[in-house]
Amino acid sequence: MIIHYGYTNGSGEYYISIDTEKCNGCGKCIENCPQQALELGYVIVDLEEKLVATVSEKYRREIKYTCSPCKPENGKAPCVLVCDKDAISCTWRARRGNMTT
Amino acid sequence: MCKIETRKREADAYWRWPEYHGIVPGRDWKDADILTGGIDVGSVSSKAVIMTDGEVYSWGILRTGSNSADSAKKVLDWTLEGTGLKPEKIASIVGTGYGRVNVPMANKAITEIACHAKGANHIWGPTVRTILDVGGQDVKAISCDETGRVTSFLMNDKCAAGTGRGMEVFADLLKIPIEEVGEVSLTVDEEPEPVSSTCVVFAKSEAVGLLYAGWSKEKVLAAYMRAMAIRMCELVKRIGVKKDFVITGGQSKNVGIVTRIESILGVKRLPVADWKETGLDPMAAGAIGAALFAEALYSKSLKQ
Repeated sequence: MIIHYGYTNGSGEYYISIDTEKCNGCGKCIENCPQQALELGYVIVDLEEKLVATVSEKYRREIKYTCSPCKPENGKAPCVLVCDKDAISCTWRARRGNMTT
Repeated sequence: MCKIETRKREADAYWRWPEYHGIVPGRDWKDADILTGGIDVGSVSSKAVIMTDGEVYSWGILRTGSNSADSAKKVLDWTLEGTGLKPEKIASIVGTGYGRVNVPMANKAITEIACHAKGANHIWGPTVRTILDVGGQDVKAISCDETGRVTSFLMNDKCAAGTGRGMEVFADLLKIPIEEVGEVSLTVDEEPEPVSSTCVVFAKSEAVGLLYAGWSKEKVLAAYMRAMAIRMCELVKRIGVKKDFVITGGQSKNVGIVTRIESILGVKRLPVADWKETGLDPMAAGAIGAALFAEALYSKSLKQ
């Protein structure tokens, strides 16, 4: 299951996506996140709980600001680079022109 | 015909949608081997479903109060009303939704994402691949496989744009009963430009401006719904629209939103024509999924 954390709003789209099948909960991304925006959490896969990396609840609604120092628009944020399971990816697209609300 | 009871609303509360509950005919809980329940405490509405051997027996929908635990209890009582069934008889209950951790009678809490996919799979069958759930305060887009297992999802709970609560605000502003806003919005001769603000608060003030500028209520409503539908479609496009496509949550009953989503995505959603007879209510998809999980967990515990 791929969980897309983030949102699309008038200014663009901002998502950190985690593949819970690929993630083994090793925690390397968490150690390497300069913003401390990631943590381990349980998700339900086939009635079993699995411990995987998640974006912390408190940062989910402000991910655009929390994650921007890592320049995710290049697709090379530390969390993405450090994951040898290829379980994290990011989508970062600022919308041009229409920047209202 | 299923026995459905609806509560009346006060004359001027246009936003207040009717609360209801129903019992599916031809099923008796006394004949069932396993009785399970699902309780979905959402931000705006609370839904409960009682299942007899994995089929909907009765269901109910109420407005959520300020306390999740109270709302869970009330909606369960509302769903059991007239059945003669006591809550103690229910073997297993799963809580879901925004207030899931505060469902005191639940044996387990499961996220609404998993429950919605499971519920949609039960309502429409194994061909469902994409689910758009428009709730009271958030919008979720879910992809699932033929077993109802979630393959990817995303949720927008950052703001109320394109949610049921936003629609309530507009029903009140325009003084049109919430059950009629969809029909009314489709009476315009030509679809107007969508309102430019996606934020409900800004959209409301923009709408007031349009009314002053001489726009009809219908046209304002159409412009608002268009903007909200565009917003919801952005979410679905992110996970990819694969057929069969379905809409769950309260807004699945809003024909104004549904029609616009279909035209923007170029895909028809699978309808549920006979939910009043079968209890397969798309608004209760999360609770249906929860009751199915309760059954699976209970059956599993028997084997161990």
